[in-house]
Amino acid sequence: MKHGRAFWLFVGPFAVGLLVFVYVPIGWSLLLSLFEARNTVTPTEFVGLRNYADMLTDEPFLASLGTFSVFAAFIVPLTFVLALALALLVNQISFMKAFFRSVFFLPTACSYVVASLVWKLSIFNGVRFGLANTVLGWFGAEPVAWTVSTSPPWYWLVLVTLRLWLQLGFYMILFIAGLQRIPQHLYEAAWIDGASRGWQSLRYITMPQLRTTSVAVLLLLLVAAYQAFDEFYNVLGTDRGYPPFARPPLIYLYYTALGSGGQDFGHGSAGAVILTLLIAGVTLLQGRVFTR
Amino acid sequence: MSLAGATALLGACGSNTGRGGDGSALKQWYHAYGEPGVQQAVERYAQSYGKVPVDVQWNPGDYDSKLATSLLSDGGPDVFESTPQISSVRAGQLVPLDDVFGDAKDDFTASILAGHTVDGRTYGVPQAVDMQMLFYRKSLLAQAGVQPPSTVDELIDAARKLATGGVKGLFAGNDGGGAVLGGPALWSVGLDYVRDHQVGFDDPLAAQAIGKLRELYTSGSLLLGAVKDWAEPDAFTQGLVAMQWTGLWAVPAVQKALGDDFGVLPFPKLTGSGGPSVPVGAFGAMVNAKSKRVDEAKEFVRWLWVERTDYQEDFNLSYGFHIPPRDSIAAKAAKLSGGPAADAVKFVRDNAKASNPPDWTSLMRTAFNDAVSRVVRDGAPAEAEVRSAAVKVRDELKRLYG
Repeated sequence: MKHGRAFWLFVGPFAVGLLVFVYVPIGWSLLLSLFEARNTVTPTEFVGLRNYADMLTDEPFLASLGTFSVFAAFIVPLTFVLALALALLVNQISFMKAFFRSVFFLPTACSYVVASLVWKLSIFNGVRFGLANTVLGWFGAEPVAWTVSTSPPWYWLVLVTLRLWLQLGFYMILFIAGLQRIPQHLYEAAWIDGASRGWQSLRYITMPQLRTTSVAVLLLLLVAAYQAFDEFYNVLGTDRGYPPFARPPLIYLYYTALGSGGQDFGHGSAGAVILTLLIAGVTLLQGRVFTR
Repeated sequence: MSLAGATALLGACGSNTGRGGDGSALKQWYHAYGEPGVQQAVERYAQSYGKVPVDVQWNPGDYDSKLATSLLSDGGPDVFESTPQISSVRAGQLVPLDDVFGDAKDDFTASILAGHTVDGRTYGVPQAVDMQMLFYRKSLLAQAGVQPPSTVDELIDAARKLATGGVKGLFAGNDGGGAVLGGPALWSVGLDYVRDHQVGFDDPLAAQAIGKLRELYTSGSLLLGAVKDWAEPDAFTQGLVAMQWTGLWAVPAVQKALGDDFGVLPFPKLTGSGGPSVPVGAFGAMVNAKSKRVDEAKEFVRWLWVERTDYQEDFNLSYGFHIPPRDSIAAKAAKLSGGPAADAVKFVRDNAKASNPPDWTSLMRTAFNDAVSRVVRDGAPAEAEVRSAAVKVRDELKRLYG
């Protein structure tokens, strides 16, 4: 009895929070996706799967899914490789180890909004005194409109570097945790057998031993890529809305359901369900492929 | 910018009139105005209301979304500022305010009042008229031997000639003008967003007009990626550009920085069928239909925006410049009687176009702005983009009006 009371005392508030703020909204969203629901969250006109059919033929929504599948295809391996490289470097050094871990991890604690504004307004603004343009100016180059230009699409450089800066430290820590679980005697045995300390150790010991960590990192990176919102909204959005390019699915759904008076909850919810199923499907597929 | 943002954010945490949130106060919402002093002013107005306490909430960030979401729940404001949308009216979110005006209705500028009227009923009491126009630096134009442009081609030519050294010719927003010049481009050839609940721009001339924005964008004379966007005059006052598209509200800041060295113009015409234009919009005070105190809220709106003409004058002219929506106040406003401000008032009289008519919904606006953006920034074929946007707008109009 005592254990039961203690259990609910500790778990109860979180369970209630989860129910009220996660499961009820998800259920409500599923319900809304089957209704014509403009400017109301208590709709009356049932439309069945029409909203789903609309969204699956909605060009901007499909474009947002396509664009971000491409984005994920770039950002996931890039972050993976750089975070792993950073972890290997930081794990190997014998001096100021804690300092370097902290330095690379610190950006993770930074707000996406603040970082986005620093990137947009200070480093990559388009006027001649922006940091990036000042550096270009030293070499005689003309200022570049980083967040505006679509040919070439320089805004990807802004968005990708921003995300890398914010996320690398977190995944580096995950890899360091994985590296520290590898028994040292495996390396020593391999070196006695003639394996090189560099590539061969990495190829035949480190990477196989990091398999479970790698799968977890890849899954987290993929989900995070599909959930991109903050940096895109703050770097490319304006008071007049969002441009038609580099529009991630969440941004598109935000403007459909909530943004600037859109208030089409039926289509917004249907899009959210489709996106959830897509993320779940790709994640399961990826998990299956990498854990074979 | 970031300091102003932080200040605004902190301001948003508190809302007060000195009476405290005792539960009996009317809730009034504003979006965050850029000019210093406005927040204190509206709090002062609320505090001086004698009948019931009023809590003012100042909302930085995406005010439209926040407001629209709050109107779905019981926790929204009683009184708020916005522009009426047909979708909100059809959803029964707004209270008709025809009876609030009393005898003063005829004194409100008719075109502005029309912008707050849907299906014959008025849902907002206009607070301030905002208009956009082209600012140009007289000395830089004289130096380059350029006359103030009176056609779109002259504007493109002027921007090109004025782009010398570290100075660009024109700043019309960080997106190259796609968002704010789409309407003026249509008006420059005699078209519009919507007309009599029909698509107003399904015409080859629209493609021609938007194609001119592409010409401007590719001319290399536009400033892009400025720290502050078109609504703030900083790029113009800092000497980064010779011309900027911004609004009447910026006149005090520009005068402070440049003295008399600037003039203003409407967006010029492109063809004989079009004309010069200035986009005009007005935020109005509205009452939430879900408010439990609709009568008290209407009474407060009447007191603040119909009876207290001194507050309307202060709100419009003591901070940035806006045009008071009541003709009698606008006519006697000394600050609007000379120089560029007087020119702006004349533009509104002669060339005003509704920047955000009630039947131009967010879905239509997004479809149109996306099309303009693709043409201007990506060089997409204008005819196809305009046609595609027109189809979406037609579908939405059909849904709304049958």
